[in-house]
Amino acid sequence: MSRKIKILLLLLSAFGLTFHQVRASDVVATGKEEPLNVRELILEHISDSYEWHITTIGDKHISVPLPVIVYSKISGWHVFMSSEFHGGRHEGLFIAREGKYKGKIVELDTAGKEIKPFDISITKNVFSLLFSSVLLIIIIMSVARSYKKEGFAPKKGFVAAMEMFIMSVNDDIIKPCIGKDYKRYAPYLLTLFFFIFINNILGLIPLFPGGANVTGNIAITFVLAVCTFLIVNLSGSKEYWKEILWPDVPLWLKLPVPLMPAIELVGIFTKPFALMIRLFANMLAGHSIVLGLTALIFVTVSMGPAMNISMTAVSVVFSVFIGFVELLVAYIQAYIFTMLSAVFIGLARVEPHHKH
Amino acid sequence: MSLLTPDSGLLFWMLISFGIVVFILAKFGFPVILKMVEERKAYIEESLFMAEKARTELDKVKVESERIIENARNEHLKIMNDASQLRDLLIIDAKTKAAGEADKIIENARVQIQSEKEEAIRDIRRQVAGLSVDIAEKVLRSKLAEKDEQLNMINRLLDEINISKS
Repeated sequence: MSRKIKILLLLLSAFGLTFHQVRASDVVATGKEEPLNVRELILEHISDSYEWHITTIGDKHISVPLPVIVYSKISGWHVFMSSEFHGGRHEGLFIAREGKYKGKIVELDTAGKEIKPFDISITKNVFSLLFSSVLLIIIIMSVARSYKKEGFAPKKGFVAAMEMFIMSVNDDIIKPCIGKDYKRYAPYLLTLFFFIFINNILGLIPLFPGGANVTGNIAITFVLAVCTFLIVNLSGSKEYWKEILWPDVPLWLKLPVPLMPAIELVGIFTKPFALMIRLFANMLAGHSIVLGLTALIFVTVSMGPAMNISMTAVSVVFSVFIGFVELLVAYIQAYIFTMLSAVFIGLARVEPHHKH
Repeated sequence: MSLLTPDSGLLFWMLISFGIVVFILAKFGFPVILKMVEERKAYIEESLFMAEKARTELDKVKVESERIIENARNEHLKIMNDASQLRDLLIIDAKTKAAGEADKIIENARVQIQSEKEEAIRDIRRQVAGLSVDIAEKVLRSKLAEKDEQLNMINRLLDEINISKS
């Protein structure tokens, strides 16, 4: 019981911190009498950056510098911390303020045009990604090690909780969706689930190593979708390919114009594409809503104290509510991605139908 | 819009880190956990099965022991019955034997008493005969002291002979 209350308090304080973090930076903005651009604020928070901005006190920006790794065709490799920029240039590189490459590191070619070098910097999202990957490996391997050490004797505490979690994913998602032979795919799908889940959850924590919008970034969901696409199509049975290339439909739908095969082929790509967009859009939307609700407080400052105070109360209440919804969404999105991947794998392993 | 175009750097790192995560976890992480849970499940099932078997075994043993006890009780009863019958038999036998023996002893005694009685009677007779002869001798001697008497006697004796002859 007391543990439940502790978790609740932790969650509440976590959401409270989101609120503090945003306010700290924006009080400065309003202090300078500049109109608050909510759209810019939200976009800045949900997109990638080269440094980890934590807060701004007065005129001082407090941020964690991250390494920049860039290969330029003109000047070769550059490796330095992002704090070297000081808002200006470093080694001929600078962060574009507008244009096609807005917010990215660019350099000027001989014609004075902005070009983008090959950029594998450890950005905010990359850092968060690496952090969550290491965390996930540590968590799962510690659970696995406790099994290796103590055999299958019943576990206690964290390991038991993780076991329950893992087995619920295994038994309720993977097993029924793939059917027989599910054991071959269970390790990949479990990894997929926990990878998405831990990144979703870390995205909800507004403190330093979390709070980045990792699963709400299209590059991340793209890689996940590609992995699922490859596994689905590489494990496709003969029947699966036959249903795509020569489906069981009237002949005029297949010849001379291969209408159905074309539709089926498009279907191969739309499935993982839907996975990619669904996860991306959901997480992006979640982050935007939390930030938008928090921004409500600062938008209403100009409407007088009465309005501001009442809207603050509304904002906090809604933030907490949305926080809980997001917690649910973090699980549901991981669940859906894993379940649909499992369903697609199951569909790709169809057996020939027995005709009566 | 920049949100919808995947960034090459992030793509690169995502490929590497997700590749490593999948490699490590799908090879060394989850299979170990799944296998152990599976093993535990199998172990529990086996234990349950064994317990069930042991229980049926126990039931069988119980029935068997009850049967043995029942048998022993029957055996006991039978032995008791036999013993009591045997005892009755022995007693009857002993009784008849004792009775026979007693009869024989009594018979013997009777025979002996009979023979002794006869002996005694014979003895008495002999003595009575001797005594009578002696008495008769004495009576005759005293009576035949006179002449008349002697003649009387002879006459009477002759008469008696005559009477018996006629």
